[in-house]
Amino acid sequence: MSDAKEMTLEEREATLSGIGTARKRKEDARFIRGQGNYVDDIKLPGMLHGDFVRSQHAHALIKSIDASKALEVPGVLAVITAKDLEPLALHWMPTLAGDVAAVLADKKVHYQNQEIAFVVAVDRYAAADGVQEVVVEYEALPALIDPLTALDDDAPIIRDDVADNDEVGQGKRRHPNHIFEWEVGDAAATDAAFEAAEVTIAEDILYPRCHPSPIETCGCVASMDGVNGKLTVYGTFQAPHVIRTVVSLITGLAESSIRIVSPDIGGGFGNKVGAYPGYICAAAASIVTGHPVKWIESRIDNLSATAFARDYHMVGELAADKDGKITAIRAKVVADHGAFNTHAQPMKWPAGLFNIVTGSYDIPVGHVKVDGVYTNKAPGGVAYRCSFRVTEAAYLIERMIDVLAQKLDIDKAEIRKRNFVQPDQFPYNSCLGWEYDSGDYPTALEQALAAVDYEGLKKEQAEKREAGELMGIGISTFTEIVGAGPTRNCDIVGLGMFDSCEIRVHPTGSAIARLGTKATGQGHETTFAQIIATELGIPSDDIAIEEGDTDTAPYGLGTYGSRSTPVAGAAAARAARKIRDKAKKIAAHVLEVAEDDLEWEVDRFKVPGSDVQMTMKEIAMAAYSNVPDGMEHGLETVDYYDPPNFTYPFGAYICVVDIDRFTGDVAVRKFYALDDCGTRINPMVIDGQVHGGLAEAYGIALGQEIVYDDTGNVLGASLMDYFLPTAVETPEWETDFTVTPSPHHPIGAKGVGESPNVGGVPAFANAIVDAFAHHGVTHMRMPHTQWRVWQTLNELGLNK
Amino acid sequence: MTGISLTINGETVEAEVEPRTLLIHFLRESQNIIGPHIGCETSHCGACTVDLDGKSVKACTIFAVQADGADVLTVEGLAEGAELHPLQQAFTDNHGLQCGYCTPGMLTRAYRLLLENPDPTDEEIRMGIAGNICRCTGYQSIVKAIREAADKINAGEGAD
Repeated sequence: MSDAKEMTLEEREATLSGIGTARKRKEDARFIRGQGNYVDDIKLPGMLHGDFVRSQHAHALIKSIDASKALEVPGVLAVITAKDLEPLALHWMPTLAGDVAAVLADKKVHYQNQEIAFVVAVDRYAAADGVQEVVVEYEALPALIDPLTALDDDAPIIRDDVADNDEVGQGKRRHPNHIFEWEVGDAAATDAAFEAAEVTIAEDILYPRCHPSPIETCGCVASMDGVNGKLTVYGTFQAPHVIRTVVSLITGLAESSIRIVSPDIGGGFGNKVGAYPGYICAAAASIVTGHPVKWIESRIDNLSATAFARDYHMVGELAADKDGKITAIRAKVVADHGAFNTHAQPMKWPAGLFNIVTGSYDIPVGHVKVDGVYTNKAPGGVAYRCSFRVTEAAYLIERMIDVLAQKLDIDKAEIRKRNFVQPDQFPYNSCLGWEYDSGDYPTALEQALAAVDYEGLKKEQAEKREAGELMGIGISTFTEIVGAGPTRNCDIVGLGMFDSCEIRVHPTGSAIARLGTKATGQGHETTFAQIIATELGIPSDDIAIEEGDTDTAPYGLGTYGSRSTPVAGAAAARAARKIRDKAKKIAAHVLEVAEDDLEWEVDRFKVPGSDVQMTMKEIAMAAYSNVPDGMEHGLETVDYYDPPNFTYPFGAYICVVDIDRFTGDVAVRKFYALDDCGTRINPMVIDGQVHGGLAEAYGIALGQEIVYDDTGNVLGASLMDYFLPTAVETPEWETDFTVTPSPHHPIGAKGVGESPNVGGVPAFANAIVDAFAHHGVTHMRMPHTQWRVWQTLNELGLNK
Repeated sequence: MTGISLTINGETVEAEVEPRTLLIHFLRESQNIIGPHIGCETSHCGACTVDLDGKSVKACTIFAVQADGADVLTVEGLAEGAELHPLQQAFTDNHGLQCGYCTPGMLTRAYRLLLENPDPTDEEIRMGIAGNICRCTGYQSIVKAIREAADKINAGEGAD
């Protein structure tokens, strides 16, 4: 019964473009023609524009807001303040972290550029004119900028609204500026291990405040259909379903009366997970005016007000024996969350998954304590291309193991080998509570060392040091924890962090699949189709993938934390398998054979050793025309996947730098990245993800920081000052891989998008510090700008 | 309002604009040319790059009135009907784009770069696109795509 009998097995497989093929991207056709559909491309009839009046001060009482002049500006229709939102209970909103955040400043401002009033006008020029004419009178208050002083007795109290609360959503706290204290591990046993240790090291390590800064800023178009009572919001949402639930909770509208649509998104990197005042104000303005209202962030708004990342002030300690075997780890962290706790983590994890800080190493005991504090800075704490706080953890352990190696004068590759979790230890239970699913760290590192000729590089480095030249070799053998996550310990506003896929196979054998995630450039339309193609035997090209419309896609928690493939990708495979199970019954019925006699072969069921067979395409038609008695027609299903565990991608990165000892210029000579993300779905897309993440890591390590002065002024929230690497300084990348499938994921995939950021930052940093290691330098503060590197050169007298 | 007349992707356009209207807003809002994007509004990111009288120009920092009489080409004008420009083909063949937001500006800049320098080295390509920031690709595949397009154009395949 087959129309493709002549094709060989291999040809039939190739037709599918399934798992493992470097399939060209389906998304590209519209993007290369400039025909993407991003939020600022959306125009609705009668659409108005909103823009914000923002605070000049970091901390001040608002004495008055005078909008009268603004309302006289031609084209300005309304100026909305907290007072106007208060009757609707929309002036504050709940955050994903259990706190509340001001939508519009209510009596006081808590950080510079905080939203104070929303000006609604006929176009963006009139809105900007209106913003200029709103007069805000302030009474300045002392600003709290340094998080290390936030819990001092005399620290200015930032949040009057919650000053008397025992907690702000994440457990007991001990100061009005305190958000949470979180600890994990065995403090007493760790102390004992440190006392008994032959050697200990400690280092202050700051991961500075930076920003994901996707090239498209945040924005939305809110449209209230007053007749039918339905609110539609198009916007830059990495997690559209969660946004719908949050909007419902905030506005009181039924979720069935809210439609959230994420159109094409111009990069996310964590910036577009949260709910921002612009979304709420645009929705409120649409409800009030009866017109659609667009809000689009400027770049300065983006860098100074939405979604900073990191700002982790860490003290790391390792205990070890004299051979470099680590016996204990201790970390104390002050986490600067800004003025509102709006970080987006699974709610039970106020410091995210930071307890992955044991990294790739078999450490018997450890203790970690994180204190979250408020400061007069923008709120956020998002995962900038990383699973929640995993990059901070990887940076800490990968820096610390280098510090230990230097103290003991052990080679930095060798000390890693001595401490690796060994392949036969998986599944491995870490002392801080995670069960690592699979890994082979020694093989990955050996492959990396051989690829770069590590011994040769070491020899060259020794010669260069003799000659007074600075060359650094940075190694990073990181392990990530991604794919949040098991609903038993991961939720956001009570929603379990499952994800979903619905597949419908049409009568003539093509299909559509919808998922609860939302790509921001990763290429889901391409790669999810590949998973389904392999599982269902339908060519990828015949499978349409849709995400981001809450009216059509099944509920899911969205795209961030490298969770799309580990969670929604698993749902896609499982949904396809459910369909295949039904297809088998239909094939047995049509072919008049026993179900057990049929075997799956690429794209069909067949009776082995015979011509009795039926392709999935043929079965699809039968599903709508000739099903067994008692079976429902159709060939569709939905799968909600609750992962049994996280996945643990890992890698071995090696970076080689040459530093100009007179100018402080850091030239990256080589960057080799070996990634193990388990089963590889599309090698081309994986390489692209790795390249992009490494470029971000380069930016973070060498230049990115959101700096504030003592009074809370943001110093340089534009692309003039905030470093986004261009093609000129961005290094060349060499990629490589090993494959250690995840044992619990349906297709063994682990996720890869964030590994290069997580593993890349310590590789760059370690290389730069390594260049100075022979001068006794154990740590240098990121970002390693030319100025800062020059200062180190100058302090050491190396530039003379 | 000021009257302007210009050519956009080969078509003559006459329009009345406010003197302060930026070219990018004129293209996107009144002409429905949505390929060029806005990423920074300060000339740094290059998402708004268009070709204007034979030069790459960031449309976010010039006024529409300054384009009076100009010949403007945007990403929409690169393909000839259904036939892609070799650059467009090379970008998709080499995974030179991910989120697609910088892509129209990047393509438009690369188009002019190859007219300025038909056989650039990788280093010259990197310098030539230094005004266009991409946050997704790490640039390597973009450089490769431009190199490949140059080779194809020079070999007479789909020459512009």
